[in-house]
Amino acid sequence: MSKLVEIRNLHVEAKTDAGRRIEIIKGVNIDIAKGEIVALIGESGSGKTTIALTLMGYTRPGCRISGGALLVDGKDMAKLSEQERADIRGTKVAYVPQSAAAAFNPSQTIMDQVIEVTRIHGLMTPDQARARAIELFKALSLPSPETIGGRYPHQVSGGQLQRLAAAMALIGDPKLVIFDEPTTALDVTTQIDVLKAFKSVMKAGGIAGVYVSHDLAVVAQIADRIVVLKGGEVQEEGTTEAILATPTHPYTQELLAAFEPKETQFAGKRTDKARPLLEIENVIAGYGPIQADGLPFMTAVRSVSLSVEKGRNLGIIGESGCGKSTLARCIAGILPANAGNIVFDGKELDHNARRRSRDALREMQIVFQYADTALNPAKPIEDILGRPLSFYHGLKGKARDARVDELLDMVRLPKALRYRHPAELSGGQKQRINFARALAANPKLIICDEITSALDTVVAAAIIELLKELQRELDLSYIFISHDLSVVEAICDEIMVMYRGEKVEHLTREDVKSPTHPYSKLLFSSVPKLDPTWLDNLVLEPELVRQYGGA
Amino acid sequence: MTQSAPSTSAGFYGYSFSLVGVLAFAVILFWAVVALFAPHFAPYPVGKIVDMDYFGPMSAKLWLGSDYLGRDMLSRIIYGARYTLGIALAGVLIASSCGVILGMAAAVIGGWFDAALSRFMDAMISIPSKLFGLVVVAAVGSSLPSLILTLAFIYTPGSYRFARALAVNVNTMDFITVARIRGENTLYLAVSEILPNIIRPVLADFGIRFVFIVLLLSGLSFLGLGVQPPLADWGALVHENIQGLSFGSAAVIAPSIAIASLTISVNLLIDNLPRKIRDRSA
Repeated sequence: MSKLVEIRNLHVEAKTDAGRRIEIIKGVNIDIAKGEIVALIGESGSGKTTIALTLMGYTRPGCRISGGALLVDGKDMAKLSEQERADIRGTKVAYVPQSAAAAFNPSQTIMDQVIEVTRIHGLMTPDQARARAIELFKALSLPSPETIGGRYPHQVSGGQLQRLAAAMALIGDPKLVIFDEPTTALDVTTQIDVLKAFKSVMKAGGIAGVYVSHDLAVVAQIADRIVVLKGGEVQEEGTTEAILATPTHPYTQELLAAFEPKETQFAGKRTDKARPLLEIENVIAGYGPIQADGLPFMTAVRSVSLSVEKGRNLGIIGESGCGKSTLARCIAGILPANAGNIVFDGKELDHNARRRSRDALREMQIVFQYADTALNPAKPIEDILGRPLSFYHGLKGKARDARVDELLDMVRLPKALRYRHPAELSGGQKQRINFARALAANPKLIICDEITSALDTVVAAAIIELLKELQRELDLSYIFISHDLSVVEAICDEIMVMYRGEKVEHLTREDVKSPTHPYSKLLFSSVPKLDPTWLDNLVLEPELVRQYGGA
Repeated sequence: MTQSAPSTSAGFYGYSFSLVGVLAFAVILFWAVVALFAPHFAPYPVGKIVDMDYFGPMSAKLWLGSDYLGRDMLSRIIYGARYTLGIALAGVLIASSCGVILGMAAAVIGGWFDAALSRFMDAMISIPSKLFGLVVVAAVGSSLPSLILTLAFIYTPGSYRFARALAVNVNTMDFITVARIRGENTLYLAVSEILPNIIRPVLADFGIRFVFIVLLLSGLSFLGLGVQPPLADWGALVHENIQGLSFGSAAVIAPSIAIASLTISVNLLIDNLPRKIRDRSA
């Protein structure tokens, strides 16, 4: 097969603010044949997006291509002038960004933006372009393809917008399309539709693709070949089947292992009448002004009850917008519930955290999803960890320092990190600090709100392992909120499925494989498997998809 | 993202400095030293008539010529620095600290406190500053304390708006939520969690506000409402020598240059503050 793309000994370097040059891509060679989809996978910082962007002759500010050749359809993108590159972008090489919501202009109709490429390059008349766009909308199985172009970006769902972004990329008939983590921000149920649409369009048009992702299971569905990257170098390269079946490089093996978290021996010692640590009954919460019937304008949690026993974990799972985070905020008292009871450790808690006792606040801690915003960027780690120590336990000076060291040790971080600021830590390290701050309070219950969803698979798996170890050592209970079933399965004794603010099913470890509620079935069957044929063989009941597949 | 600093930057102690910033700082330092040690630098007493001529030219004896009464212009500018810098600094300190404290309090407390304070400050902003200064001076007369308080009062609402806008953004971050459900009080939230995150833009705002105050003070003095004779700040010096304009006298140009050099330098300095180099391994 003839080569469409040949990357030879590519080097990209970046300049730091101290004027030092660092090489971020160190001599990469990649070939892509016509009509072939190649996936670039690796953790964040591995250089996968940087390589993908160089295929358009583009580097992010502060970076430059310092060596090597980048032949795309016979032209070296590294050596072309900016004008020549602009001619190629959109017509030969196109780009689908991670967040379509941020890539669309909210004040123009979708159609105007989709056909903009043809106008810029003078490819066809506006009428032809519109007709072509509608064909693409059909091919991408978008609903009402004739009229969807007349809407504005906020009037369609996230999954639809992502497919529209693909239509925008495909309208110039490119030979190569670059997908930059296009489904990472989507729910699993939506992700399936988008992946299917991408796959069929690419195969039908014989278009080559570069698919950047950190999710091996997603990549397995769409790519012909996989290139594994780490630290700006190619670690392993091979067909999808070969990489999944017989990974040779340690990093690839680690990546595969991280995908299937180690099954832990759950303490089967369910004492007969264990006293529940947390019990909530018929909690209702929401946003907006209170209506005449005493309920908020927008109800996000509708009459949910749950209980968590001491030393056991409850997982709450559901798509975005199902109210799982609101429920967590209710329990923690950040968003006072409008109705219902919250009983913690035998005592009834006030709905508002401001009126709870200091001890009640101490015993229940919440850890947020984004460690970037949950840690004060202006403070060193020792102050961040030290504050709850002096606030709750009155520790000062030496005793406080010693305890900070202990906490860092608990979350497996070196003691020297205490002098650093959050910006100087990696994503995984920040999340560990975030967790250590909750531990500093000596809590009985920790509410973990999507704490692994912003992290890479390998790092997330390590955090889950850490959580399990700490549970054994400290006799903690967790409420674990996630949209990722595999994460919840790895750590939780019981799983609660939420949909549109309601609890639709409660599963124990025994019956997790056989959910009964239709939404749970759809959700569980939508989780991608590490099997390249999974997407093609997946048959979802159309009735289910119509009812619950929100996209 | 802002574009990278000018190429003339060098790293010291983990910070990168730009040449423009260093030059601007030197000018500010120069005026600060002049103001502090005015009696040591001034060649003649400030009120003494030393020239037989008025609006005398620049000469070896009188470096910047003489004013409309034949007083030494250089000495008057050196003493004028004290009033200009001193009043402006006092005014900006009061205005910025009041503004920032109230702004952070409004962001953290929120609700009706925030709404009432913000509407009050909006009303204050709508009053033209020179007109307000004129009214106050007409009502209570011009003295140094009343001048400082008036200037501070005029510039507090702007500082409040700025600080509140910054604090509101920080206030929505998760680490504030974490601190709140830890049970922390308003004072801790404002001082320990919010302030460190807004201090840099607040300092930049402090610099701009200082410039505004210097200009407003000069304007008021030029109108005869500011520092009263025989004392004179730079604005008053321009005012009292304005007749010299037709003679091309240095007595008008020199204080104008002094005002310009100070305000431009402060502006350039806050635009080119040393930046922390994040790349530690360099």
